[in-house]
Amino acid sequence: MIFGKLLSGRLLYNARQLGVLISKLLIVLSLFFVLPYLQINPANAVAKTTPVLKVGFLYVGPINDWGWTHAQEEGRLYVQNALKDKVETSYVESIYESAEAERVIERMIAQGCKLIFATSYGYLEPVLRVSARHPDVTFMQLSRNGDKKNVGGYFFLNGESLYLAGVAAGRMTKTNILGFVGSHPVPSILQAINAFALGAQSVNPKARVKVVWTNTWIDPATEVEAAKGLIDSGIDILAFDQSDSLPIVKTAEKAGIKIIGCYFDTHEFAPKQWLTGGNLNWGPFYAKTCQQILDHTWKSGFYKCDLANGTVDIAAFGPSVPNAVRKEVLDLKEKIKTGQLVVFAGPLKDAQGKLRMQAGKKPDIEWISKMNFFVPGIDGNLPKMPEN
Amino acid sequence: MNIELSEFLIAVAAGMVRSATPVLYATLGEIITERSGILNVGLEGIMLVGAFTGVAITYQTHSVGLGLVAAMIAGLLLGLFHALLAIYFQANQVGVGIAMTIFGTGLSAYLGMDYVGKQINTLGTFKLPLLSDIPVIGPIFFSHDILVYATFILVPLIAFIINRTRLGLTLRAVGEEPRSAAAAGINVELTRYIATACGAALAGLGGAYLSLAYAQGWSENITAGRGWIAVGLVLFASWNPFRALIGAYLFGGAISLQLRLQAAGLDVSPYLLGMLPYVLVILVLSISTARRKNAPSSVPTALGLPYIPQV
Repeated sequence: MIFGKLLSGRLLYNARQLGVLISKLLIVLSLFFVLPYLQINPANAVAKTTPVLKVGFLYVGPINDWGWTHAQEEGRLYVQNALKDKVETSYVESIYESAEAERVIERMIAQGCKLIFATSYGYLEPVLRVSARHPDVTFMQLSRNGDKKNVGGYFFLNGESLYLAGVAAGRMTKTNILGFVGSHPVPSILQAINAFALGAQSVNPKARVKVVWTNTWIDPATEVEAAKGLIDSGIDILAFDQSDSLPIVKTAEKAGIKIIGCYFDTHEFAPKQWLTGGNLNWGPFYAKTCQQILDHTWKSGFYKCDLANGTVDIAAFGPSVPNAVRKEVLDLKEKIKTGQLVVFAGPLKDAQGKLRMQAGKKPDIEWISKMNFFVPGIDGNLPKMPEN
Repeated sequence: MNIELSEFLIAVAAGMVRSATPVLYATLGEIITERSGILNVGLEGIMLVGAFTGVAITYQTHSVGLGLVAAMIAGLLLGLFHALLAIYFQANQVGVGIAMTIFGTGLSAYLGMDYVGKQINTLGTFKLPLLSDIPVIGPIFFSHDILVYATFILVPLIAFIINRTRLGLTLRAVGEEPRSAAAAGINVELTRYIATACGAALAGLGGAYLSLAYAQGWSENITAGRGWIAVGLVLFASWNPFRALIGAYLFGGAISLQLRLQAAGLDVSPYLLGMLPYVLVILVLSISTARRKNAPSSVPTALGLPYIPQV
């Protein structure tokens, strides 16, 4: 009976007001589920007896994406472990590269952060706006040089690991067509694609790379469809540069297509088809930066993260990679580490035949961080970008 | 037509059917819900909860079937909750729907943290015997999984129920003229509860398709806006399941086409191609609604309005 009255709405005469109240309650309640993601999660809160450096990390994706943000979070944990009670790190995940980032950074600063790592390409604009208001806070912007007294940048040469993966792919491809699912056509992604193509062509001049852009950092269904589109078009090895990894890695494993990882070693998800890939190890670089801030020796600049300083590395080899190829790749890795081999060293032409790097010259990170072209042997479209 | 081009078009069309399926489930569900007069714009949240529940239950039980059922039940429960607020408490339905989206996004992200990267059984491809051997049609429509095939039955079934059965008449009456329906002895509230729950269950199933068949695992915000697309497609479809099928295939086809055009090396900006699915939906939406300006409106008359029974 009560249930019937409940269903017909006759239990309460003034149900409308109560309904509005409940809706408001619902919204407030749902905020409780959302807020943990927007708020700073203090990791290892330290008693405030000694002055500690509060460090904030701004992430574009969720920390458990088995990709970009996952690698960042491992770096943060490394910092917290290495510097123990000298620092107090915190992070905010899944923040879009928009005005939302500006609000989150302001909140981090309000909570006492004196060093902020902005770990995605599009955070530079919000970072510049906030940094002008807070000259006492130091900012490190990924992939782009902030070029302000309190805003530095750091650029990771993912190209070095993708070059090595390209060598393995060039040796192992049978169709000579490699696929690449790209997220956004920005310089840090272009260096990966170009290096991958150069690596493959260095051992296999016939190798070509097909590129499909998804125009999103994370959208699993679109990534899978892009991968399937490439697989349909006759590739036999697939590489990608998305924030997350698993959708594409699993799709390749299922389709029987060899797969190359990007930021995080996910070989266990493709036990048969995994070749190798990039594997980022941010901890030492982040810890060093924190130590510099603690020692007051930090200077603004554009910092390089590469194979030589260990930030960039290659992932484990898959079972199908022959020993000869493994040895070749590892030898080349040593050569890149010692500077005997430089990815993008001149002479380097773009796909249109224009000379981009003079013979005998070597690129610096300023140059790579403004890369806006494809090298020859890449089939794909590149939107027009500002000239260097 | 040369072989390469026809192969390309078949691949595009097969991708279209795949990409359209999750959106189609949510759209069909929303049509049922809206035909009863309840507006549920919380599809995005419901799809997310469905996608998560599917993965979680499949991981725990190793059964994809149970995962799909659980996703439907999760959607059903959220639908009932929406209905409770919209019917019993007569709250603003748009407000509740948006709250539901925020709630679903947060809840699935929070509970889903432990499930990212978990290896689960996924919905395998099941080529229909005989049918999949038909040239052109076979690889496009009959080389997918059972959830895709289910839509081929579901679309005409829902259309038949809505237009040709007593149940459908009840549903439409409640959505058009709830007071007259009540006078004719129909339990308006109960009908709306059932319609909203069924609609949300289908949305949950659409979400589970994304995680169990498509991406083969859970990741945060896996729907990436597909729930909102479904809400828009209901308008485009003017509450007609067959038109919903066309709308969903347009959207899925545009996604599939733009990615494969890139793979084929067409010289068009990827930004322009990336806009294609959304531009198409907007374009078709405005054209299809503009044309019917003088025709009788197909909007359920009581859509989004609280039903206040005369006491």
